[in-house]
Amino acid sequence: MSNSKLKKITSARLFLPIVCLIAVLLINVIKTPDFFNITIRNGVLYGYVIDVINRASELVILAVGMTLVTAASGGQDISVGAVMAVAAAVCCQILSGGASSVTAYQNSLVLAVIAALLASALCGAFNGLLVAKLNIQPMVATLILYTAGRGIAQLVTNGQITYIRVESFQMAGGYIGKSPVPTPVLFAIVTVVIVAIILKKTALGLYIESVGINGKAARLVGLNSTMIKFLTYVICGVLAGIAGLVASSRIYSADANNIGLNLEMDAILAVALGGNFLGGGKFSLIGSVIGAYTIQALTTTLYAMNVKADQLPVYKAIVVIIIVTLQSDVFKKFVESHRSKKVSVAAEGGQK
Amino acid sequence: MKKKMVTALLAVSMLAGLSAVNVMAADDGGDTITVGFSQVGAESDWRTANTESMKSTFSEENGYELIFDDAQQKQENQLTAIRNFIQQEVDYIVLAPVTETGWDTVLQEAKDAGIPVIIVDRMVDVSDDSLYTAWVGSNFKLEGQKAMAWLDAYLEAKGRGDEEINLVDIQGTIGASAQIGRTEGFDEAVEAHDNWTTLAQQSGEFTQAKGQEVMESILKQSGDDIDVVYCENDNEAFGAIDAIKAAGYEVGGEEGQILVMSFDTTNAGLTQTLSGEITCDTECNPLHGPRVEEIIQKLEAGEDVDKQAYVDEVAFAADDTVTKVTIDGTDYDITPITQEIIDGRAY
Repeated sequence: MSNSKLKKITSARLFLPIVCLIAVLLINVIKTPDFFNITIRNGVLYGYVIDVINRASELVILAVGMTLVTAASGGQDISVGAVMAVAAAVCCQILSGGASSVTAYQNSLVLAVIAALLASALCGAFNGLLVAKLNIQPMVATLILYTAGRGIAQLVTNGQITYIRVESFQMAGGYIGKSPVPTPVLFAIVTVVIVAIILKKTALGLYIESVGINGKAARLVGLNSTMIKFLTYVICGVLAGIAGLVASSRIYSADANNIGLNLEMDAILAVALGGNFLGGGKFSLIGSVIGAYTIQALTTTLYAMNVKADQLPVYKAIVVIIIVTLQSDVFKKFVESHRSKKVSVAAEGGQK
Repeated sequence: MKKKMVTALLAVSMLAGLSAVNVMAADDGGDTITVGFSQVGAESDWRTANTESMKSTFSEENGYELIFDDAQQKQENQLTAIRNFIQQEVDYIVLAPVTETGWDTVLQEAKDAGIPVIIVDRMVDVSDDSLYTAWVGSNFKLEGQKAMAWLDAYLEAKGRGDEEINLVDIQGTIGASAQIGRTEGFDEAVEAHDNWTTLAQQSGEFTQAKGQEVMESILKQSGDDIDVVYCENDNEAFGAIDAIKAAGYEVGGEEGQILVMSFDTTNAGLTQTLSGEITCDTECNPLHGPRVEEIIQKLEAGEDVDKQAYVDEVAFAADDTVTKVTIDGTDYDITPITQEIIDGRAY
């Protein structure tokens, strides 16, 4: 391969995120050789890789929303985990009709899902209003629902865990009929595809980037930057709602204390690992998605290696530090200068 | 004008409220014992049952006056509540602390006022032990020991006493006192048996989702070898059972099945025990009221009390293979679960 071609590949935006994901997966080739085995067991796909793809689904959905919010407003929505809990609580409470455990729907599933998504859109709109209209710092504005969201969810469920023990409710977190593919994977794929199409077909993606790079300039050329920022928060809220429904379906209940707990931080990390600048502007949706899978690949890898539970966070932190350092500009410049030195040394050697 | 009227009315009613408190405080010179109880909140079924136990024990019929305060998970609220109790000159303060640290000052105030403080559930971390009179709560290590003693007896009864047994421990949130005690009980028992091996030990963070995720991963490492899964609470057990079933294995107590053990005996947990999916569920008793009353009665009679008092806890099994286990010379009953028991329980 010629040098210029290599340079082109290594300087591509998605190069580093993909390399990091592959590196994390490669650890397993040494430690857990059967990590990549995929078989059909009990009629469904079975294997560590399937676990990674399946378990990362909620995070992928959240990361998509987080990317848009980050790009447009240059800040993060830290309330997404709590919004997941709100959506789950609303959905389960409507389905149970107020009881703490039911074996049949008390209200229609469609109604419950729509209400849950409306509730999460409302949460997103609230965040959007504070950030876009009132110009409050995103982290501070979304701190409100980060704190209050779980309280609201508790209020909705009367502080109990509401169980919906109905088979069809478990489909979103399990399998549809005889499909061998876990449903959350489908949710993640469909979400990413739909958002990607909307961004490409409607120029919304371009608008978001221009608002993020320079809001004032964007307004001067006729973009309603307030509206665009607001919209990204609403989208982020709805996506968090979808993630909440998937998470709730997995455990066929609304556990207001635990659904989506600390997931907002993972979502932000996914955006960062995807090579996106957290200060807003240009963004790569696919980068964030790769980032989300990297995080889950890391978790599953550590489980597969049977790392002790109390040491798990340390290993995670070490890997994250390495990945973030690899992607930092300072490190890239360091490598660059090192390489150019080598080249010049080689050139000098040639002259002698 | 109207506003002023409202303010005046409010002021009057507040005064009335104050005098009511005064009357109450003056009243306790008689036979009734005033108890101030500061509760964490109402975050789970367990907590609700804990509150109910206190309320029903310290009722007026039993000769008590209970001042209940719900702190809504905030320590500030608990500090305020205790100071109020001191001002109201209650006879005893009962505290279910939300966190372990930060109690020195307010407990010193209570001590200076000469009011005995009884801690329930979680422990407080104070520099001076004399700041509280007694602690009432669960013996998590004993819970673990009981469960493992049951397992030993159960396998023996099934003729598997000398077989190689492979165990998996799905731990609670690392560092929680329930996790520490229950893991200790597990580790010691595995250590004591040459034919028992721990295949994996991983935290499910006391939640169903994590329990499921961790179990999925463990099944892939060694699914065919697992005999016993020891879950440190019911929610983890639900997740683990789902994962086991999804991978095509069976849960249950027979050979060839994966035996699931659990703790907490919540309503949902016992229902799964009744259906045989959880084979043994060990209780974490929230009914602290009677034990606290015992301590108060002893103090009233001028007797000494133990610094640590454990609540009585039972264990339930899916069948009657084992009905009794012995730990350090003490017998503990294992009750075969029935629908009547589930219906008759407070939580």
